[in-house]
Amino acid sequence: MLFPLPTPSTAKPRVVVTGAGMVTALGLDWKTNAANFCVGKTGFRPVTLFDVSRQRVKNAAEVDLPTSLPSTELSAREERRLDRAAKLLLLAASEAWRQSGWTPADNLPIVLGTTSGCMTMGQDYYKQATTRPNTKHRQPTRVTQYQAQSQALTLSKAFGFRGPITIIANACASGANAIGHAWSLIRNGHASRVVTGGYDALSQLVFAGFDSLQALSPTTCRPFDATRDGLALGEGAAVLTLETLEHAQARDARVLGEIVGYGAVNDAHHLTQPQPEGNAAFDSMTLACRSAGVRAEQIGYVNAHGTGTPLNDSAEAAAISRWAGPHASEVAVSSTKASIGHLLGAAGAVEVGICLMALDGGWLPPTAGTATLDPACAFKFVTRPEQRTLAYAITNSFGFGGANASVVLKRGSGHE
Amino acid sequence: MNEIFIHGIGAVSPAGWGVAPMRDALRAGVPLAHKDLPRPGWQKPLGVRQVPAPLSRPAFLAHARLRRTGPISHYVVAAALEALGDDASNLGPLRVGIIVCVMSGCVNYSRRFYDEVLRDPATASPLIFPETVFNAPSSHLASLLGSTAMNYTLVGDPGTFLQGLALAAQWLEDLDGCLVIGAEELDWLTADAYRLFSRDITLADGAGAVYLTKNSNRQTVRLASVTGAHLFYDRPSRIQAALRMRGDLPAGNARELLCDSRTGIAELDRPETKAWNSWPGRRVSPKSILGEGLAAASAWQVVTAVDALCEQQCDASLVSVVGCNQQAIGARFEVPS
Repeated sequence: MLFPLPTPSTAKPRVVVTGAGMVTALGLDWKTNAANFCVGKTGFRPVTLFDVSRQRVKNAAEVDLPTSLPSTELSAREERRLDRAAKLLLLAASEAWRQSGWTPADNLPIVLGTTSGCMTMGQDYYKQATTRPNTKHRQPTRVTQYQAQSQALTLSKAFGFRGPITIIANACASGANAIGHAWSLIRNGHASRVVTGGYDALSQLVFAGFDSLQALSPTTCRPFDATRDGLALGEGAAVLTLETLEHAQARDARVLGEIVGYGAVNDAHHLTQPQPEGNAAFDSMTLACRSAGVRAEQIGYVNAHGTGTPLNDSAEAAAISRWAGPHASEVAVSSTKASIGHLLGAAGAVEVGICLMALDGGWLPPTAGTATLDPACAFKFVTRPEQRTLAYAITNSFGFGGANASVVLKRGSGHE
Repeated sequence: MNEIFIHGIGAVSPAGWGVAPMRDALRAGVPLAHKDLPRPGWQKPLGVRQVPAPLSRPAFLAHARLRRTGPISHYVVAAALEALGDDASNLGPLRVGIIVCVMSGCVNYSRRFYDEVLRDPATASPLIFPETVFNAPSSHLASLLGSTAMNYTLVGDPGTFLQGLALAAQWLEDLDGCLVIGAEELDWLTADAYRLFSRDITLADGAGAVYLTKNSNRQTVRLASVTGAHLFYDRPSRIQAALRMRGDLPAGNARELLCDSRTGIAELDRPETKAWNSWPGRRVSPKSILGEGLAAASAWQVVTAVDALCEQQCDASLVSVVGCNQQAIGARFEVPS
């Protein structure tokens, strides 16, 4: 039963990550991504997935999908039906599932974030609907396959588990919202394990949309640079398996890291622009720290939303400076969107993953491309690879519609 | 938080703007007439059940954020404001969360924008693109209400609305109130697409909203339970999921009302017909009167179930949703003892 809610225990359980998978333009697995984020590599190239000849911008961080998918419970026919986004999701989930060592269960919730779902399938459907007569009646799968819940069901079927599916579509905060929501489900005793993450594939509609807004950088994405001129798009997925620390310890699972706090607010300001002083960003960071029971000065690294657009970065710089207060000059900040682009619904999940990598590996991910720091940045901005042992990190995700979310992470308990 | 009250309800449906016209249509029990929706490339239009134009321009459309919005945002705001009632203009320090549930979402602008992209991406309108995102309606509502509290847009099949009720109950541990809204807008693309389920299907649009609180000075209706979300992958497992959902709810009696999700199309309705074949009480099937409103339709079911309790038409009411391609899920409402 989803309601009444279970009676919460007096002691809130600690929520740890025991499986993680990541797919970006920098790699098809966690280890390769970590090695590349650690040194600030970039993954941009000319777009090959659709025609960009009439666009202002022609580059993005595309993923080279493998020729075959990992073996799962899906049939060959079901695999053939998967679109690009579903394949990204399945790759990341497969890595996380294997690493977790989990076995299928009947009540294992999935919480995912996405902005586009199977947009590429929808685009194909539209083109067909406007150019050819509808001859394939009674094939509802032609419609249902391009809905986000089908992608979540694919995971459920691929690994043989069942449980409530929650898909949060809060624009570019979706991935962070999904992980934050999954954390709160465990924290509040509604679940003991959750599969969570975010995913999005590049699509023509979304690429053209950001280009129409002139939000894409016609040069190089360089977050927090004084001369920044826009964002770059990318694609990918990150999936985590979360469980209580008690559950993980009982089965002697390796703990990759701990999620300790989550904050989410809406800025009720503008559909596409952040509140200029970053009030909502400040609030989401503050709420996340409060729920984690940590102070800003305990957080050593901020993975900024840092899109590279003039408006986002100035609002976020103001928010981080205000949040860190007198400790602003000590907190390390970087934006990994300079390496892999903005992954939209996947961004928050991938950036939670990058924080876990950094905490686990003892390094700070540098921002590629930024040369002249915006004077509004009162913090230590990371542009070169750097070794640093940290206890806590926070990641920010802000999206259209005023969606703001922050997640606080702690180094794995094995390192404590 | 297990004492949750339905403080208000709102609806926009093919029967009109407000709960009252929807209630009247359902009491009349006659399926609403189809309207013609032109389908490009076809001579024959599609038959749909669309929300009629409002009798007067809603005052909320004067808000700057709603200037360029599509129908789905209008429906979301109208249903939410009706559910909030007097609280709408007096939220003050109340922290009210917003959960908007959709299956197709902002399809009008998505279709229009993509059409422009295919014609020439260099001239595609930057005014349209932002309205294509799933969370545009919830964002507009938050802005209108000045709500900075938790705000999620959930995507899924129609059962997602009931998941939204359970999520609201979780949020109410920290918030004062929570709006849960199910909404859709019609477009020829979706009306055409859903004919792949059945050529007899009639797509509809609109919204339904409930305002949940942990305290209610009215205390007329209480959320008693939301069942598990029973997933299905194909037709046989859709029946099994419906039976499992049925098993999560009490047997019922002659004084209880069942609001189910049957459409009037036997093949699509089979799982639910089988699951509820021994139901002893009265039953109503809003979709069979109003049309297949997807996420809006499950919201109409809940609004109808709550309204029947408010009108003292029954002692308890149940909602059964067997979705298109995800889950079977149910809920029960009752008058607090």
